[in-house]
Amino acid sequence: MNFVVTHFNYLAVIVLMMTGLYVLFATGNLIKRMIGLALFQTSTALLYISLGKVAGGTAAIKIYPDSPEAQALAAQLDPAYVAQFGVSGVVYSNPLPHVLILTAIVVGVATLAVGLSIAVRIREAYGTIEADEIEAVRAREPGE
Amino acid sequence: MNAIALEASFALNVALLLMLVAIAAAIAWTRSLVAAILLMGVYSLASAVWLVVMDAADVAFTEAVVGAGVSTVVLLGATLLVRPGPVRVDWRRAIAPAVLVVGVGALLVLAVSGLASFGDPSSPANAHVGRSYLVETPNDIGIPNVVTAVLASYRGFDTLGETVVIFAAGIGVALMLGFGPRSSLPQPPVQPGEHHVVLRVTARLLIPLIILFAFYVLFHGDLGAGGGFQAGVILAVAPILHALVFGLHATTAAIPAGFVRGVAALGVLVFAGVGVVCMANGGGFLDYDRLFMPRVEAMIPPGLLGDPTHSHNWGQHFGILLVEVGVLLTVSSTMVTIFYGFAGRATHDVGSAR
Repeated sequence: MNFVVTHFNYLAVIVLMMTGLYVLFATGNLIKRMIGLALFQTSTALLYISLGKVAGGTAAIKIYPDSPEAQALAAQLDPAYVAQFGVSGVVYSNPLPHVLILTAIVVGVATLAVGLSIAVRIREAYGTIEADEIEAVRAREPGE
Repeated sequence: MNAIALEASFALNVALLLMLVAIAAAIAWTRSLVAAILLMGVYSLASAVWLVVMDAADVAFTEAVVGAGVSTVVLLGATLLVRPGPVRVDWRRAIAPAVLVVGVGALLVLAVSGLASFGDPSSPANAHVGRSYLVETPNDIGIPNVVTAVLASYRGFDTLGETVVIFAAGIGVALMLGFGPRSSLPQPPVQPGEHHVVLRVTARLLIPLIILFAFYVLFHGDLGAGGGFQAGVILAVAPILHALVFGLHATTAAIPAGFVRGVAALGVLVFAGVGVVCMANGGGFLDYDRLFMPRVEAMIPPGLLGDPTHSHNWGQHFGILLVEVGVLLTVSSTMVTIFYGFAGRATHDVGSAR
């Protein structure tokens, strides 16, 4: 039970990822497949961000330790904890996963557009975007 | 020490994750493609809220703009082009994927059981390189937003690669779907939105504000959440909104497709050019400390960026700004190229079908 609490984020994200993967595999509709892929991709991003969260941390944008915001944040935490894990008196979450995922999201929409444009061209060539119907058309016209 | 007890927002985290699971289940369940696309936008918006709870302000910003904005437009555009019927459901075909997914999920659960507890500050992921970026950024770079510092300076080469991937994807879409409406085609007699006075007036008011906000997000990226990626997507929303309200022909008359492609290439060139200038001054590729020759750096007035008593690392400041401008140019014009590709295809496809 303690494992479910301490690793709740990872377990929930696995459920989300597997939902995306299921949508990707279970449908023959090419647009729905791209939606499943997008869902899978977004959920993978959530796993990385979960890994970078530091308890009691704040966004990785530097604030002065003597500012009211920093004082209010530090007041909620054990001073020994802040001294050990803080950077000059403020505890921050890990910025590295944020950087990796930020660029991946924008690359994700660009590659989603590439996948969708392939689906559009398949629709123009075969008259359908259902995978099994495309296979049927290809079987009828082996020369294609 | 129980790390979770420290976290007052843990309940909010759990509630938002359960909401995301519910939305994902609805996406898997629905047979309507349009419903699935709109739910995907809702999913992105909810995950953006969750990302704020996770302290990932920059990522939340990107997810809100990209996921709930541009990717919904692209998905709806593609759906319009393929004119699909409802998604057919065949339960026999769903069994094998379900078994597979449960198996992969079980393996992943086994894998995450080896991870440190959620929020653990001493986990391997959080204790080493991520922490050293937080410690070193004030000395090395001198800007408050550590995410921007890592993105544009420490891992600048990585970001250059990502920018090139976005550029290549934009060119790929343009090659497959065309570069916008064909000029030989007759202009449709009635533009979309011709009769919608409210839409036209609101769009005229919003477009300058959107452009202004994009540049604010770009120049504020050093100090707070924001940067070239977010600003680029926001900037692209302005011509997309214009095309949706005033018609694609009006937009391509104002911003020609060839110009947009040129700007996309220019962005990559600016980014790589900054790296080459650093090399020419004796540094490594994208080593912004060598962006200026020492003689030039000495001429920059100390009060240029506000506080004259604060020591600035000018090479890093200007290097990051220039690189972010390059990212903005490539991302915004790639998004517009993708939109022109899908929308331009619709103009002649719909016309020929009637």
